[in-house]
Parts: sequence; C-alpha cells; structure tokens
Amino acid sequence: MAKRDESSELLRELVAHLRQNRTQLREEWVGRISETRLLTAMTKEEIFAEATSVYDSYVEALETETFEALQAYARNLSERIIPRGVETHEVVGIVLLLRDVLGRSLFAKYQTDFKKLNRILDAYEPAANRIANTVAVGFVQERERVIRQQQEAIRELSTPVLQVRERLLILPIIGVIDPQRARQLTEQLLRGIRTNRAKVVVIDITGVAAMDVTVANHLVQTVEASRLLGATVIVTGLSPEIAQTLVTIGVDLGKMNTVGDLQGGIEQAERLLGYKVMALAEPS
Amino acid sequence: MEVPILKQGAVLIATFQAALSDADLNHLRSALVQQVVRFRSRGVIVDVTAMDVMDSFASRTLREIAHMIRLRGAETVIVGIQPEVAFAMVQLGLTLEGVATALDLEEGLAYLNQKFKNMK
Repeated sequence: MAKRDESSELLRELVAHLRQNRTQLREEWVGRISETRLLTAMTKEEIFAEATSVYDSYVEALETETFEALQAYARNLSERIIPRGVETHEVVGIVLLLRDVLGRSLFAKYQTDFKKLNRILDAYEPAANRIANTVAVGFVQERERVIRQQQEAIRELSTPVLQVRERLLILPIIGVIDPQRARQLTEQLLRGIRTNRAKVVVIDITGVAAMDVTVANHLVQTVEASRLLGATVIVTGLSPEIAQTLVTIGVDLGKMNTVGDLQGGIEQAERLLGYKVMALAEPS
Repeated sequence: MEVPILKQGAVLIATFQAALSDADLNHLRSALVQQVVRFRSRGVIVDVTAMDVMDSFASRTLREIAHMIRLRGAETVIVGIQPEVAFAMVQLGLTLEGVATALDLEEGLAYLNQKFKNMK
C-alpha cells in the first residue's frame, strides 16, 4: 500500500510539473510533430487545437489514473480525423512523441537526483504506455467500425430487385460478389419473386468482372430456387471470362437460360410472358 | 394426421399442414393416386405453403407423387414453397427436378388450365 501511495504522490508531482510547463511542452511537441512530418493531412491550426486537447487529456489520465475519458476522447478524435485521411502510424507516432517530450522534460527536471528520477519514471512509464495503448486501440477500433459500416452500405446499395413489367423482375448485379453477398442476393430475389408474383427474372451480370466456382454454383442455386417459386430465370451479360469459368467448372448449362445482353434478355422475358412490343410511330 | 384433399372440377388440391411425418407422406401419396383414379382428375395441386422445412424424404415423396400421377395421365404442380425453404432445399441439392412448380394456388390453377388448353 505504501508503494502505491508513494507512486500516486509522485504522479501528482509529475502532473503538477506537466501542467506548469504546459505551454512550452506543447509547443515542443507540435514542433516535433511537424519535424517528423506527421499529420500532413491537417492544417497547423488544426494540429495545434487537437494537440491542446490531447495534451490535456493525457495529463488528466495521468492524474486520475483512469482511462475511460481518454478512450472516449480517442474515439471521438478518430471519428474526426479518419475521414481526413490520417493513418494509424501517424496517431501512434504523435502519442509516442508526446511521451518522449514529457519524458525528456522529466530527465531535465530531476537530473540532479538520480534516485528520484528513477522513482518518477517508475510511476510515469506504465501510465504513459497505457495511454499510448489506449489511444492507438481507440483509433483502430474506430477504423474498424467505419470499415464495417462501409461494407454494410456497399451490400445494401448493390442488390436492388427491380420490377420492370408485371411479373417481370430485373436484378442487375455490379461489382464483386463474395459468397456472403451472393447469399444476400438470393434471399432478396426470392422474397422479391414472392412479393411481386414474378414469373420471369432477368439476372444481369454485365457488371461482374469475375466469378469463382463458389459463386458460380451459387448462381445456379439461385436459378433452381427461383424455379421452386414458379419463376423462370434468364441470365444475361456473361463476359467471355465468366462464360469460360462456367464451362470449365462444368456447370450444367441446360439448367440455365442465358442470353447475350440485357436487351435480349428483356425481349425474351417479354415473349415468355406473352408481351409483344411494337413501335407505334417515329419517336418525336 | 390426414392431409385434406379437395376437389375443384378436374383438379385435386391437397394442402399440407406443417410437420408431416413420413407415415403421413406415404399415406398422402396413396390417397392422392386413388383419388385421381376415382375422379378421373386431370391435375393435382399440392400446396406446401405451411411447410417451413423440406427434407429429402418429403422432397422424394413429392417427386414420386408427381410421377405416379403422370402415369395416370394427370399433371402435378407443387405450390407455395417459401423463399427460405427453397433456399435451404437447393443448398441440399433437393431441386424437385421434373416436377412443375408455381408460386401459389392461383398460379398453380392458371398453369394447369393453360396445360389443359394446350392438350386439347
């Protein structure tokens, strides 16, 4: 217990020192930041403003020996700077620079009393390391959260099921299909077939660059499942590469109704549904 | 549990309830064929809307029903397969190949009527 009390007292002493010398230490730190060319995505004023907040949060964490407030601040800061293009190494870098700047100032202050310097560092180092850790982890967690959010947004945007005629649905697929997206696509399509009472579905894959075996099989399954709901599927827009893949993996093309392009697919669908499209007059 | 079989003109309609045992399915298979013979039906609709899971035995039985009924010169349509069930079925490779399917009872009747017209 005594050791803990002593450690707390030393921390208090050190916090007082850091508060007293706040202005010059902060300036020194900002100088080191631009020297090492970190945070180039931000302006000098922004760096100064954030540096002030970080410095104060740092000192407060040292003082209270609690890190929740710091963690919340780190996430908040990350939310602001990630869209600006600030990278992980920059954030970790500046926190470590601050640790160094403060460490040096402690050497300077206690250089005549080596024993005391040791004790002060014993109190300072674990707390400083924990701070660096907390900020870095907070930043990374925020990045991961943003990535997950973006992935979700991509998934949602990319699979619209569109009704273009009574009983006719179009599913234009664009981009990369991974197994998860393929599954989501199928579920969405089957629900769409039931809701719209579709009898024909045109799946257009013009916008899909490549397809591996798993996804190709998934496409076949989608066709089969749609049939169980009474709908015929026409697949359009197969690129030469994908056509090659399908043949190579031995997909039973008899099970799949394919047409060259979307226009052809829609025309065939209309025939299947008993529509006939005629031009009445020249377009005005 | 007995599956009710209703007669609608030249069409018989059998509506599954959820959770049919293997014995129920076997019984239905015989009952349907007997009824087709008795009423000289031209079409059969098996409505599986209430089924929330389709296993390989049920799937095979449905195919057998369709084949047996075709031997009597009649057409079978399976209707009401739910999206989740359809998805699960194709993942297990149960595709009901060779058996006509439609979205629901209305579509099934429309399909059969079209078939009857074409057969004339």
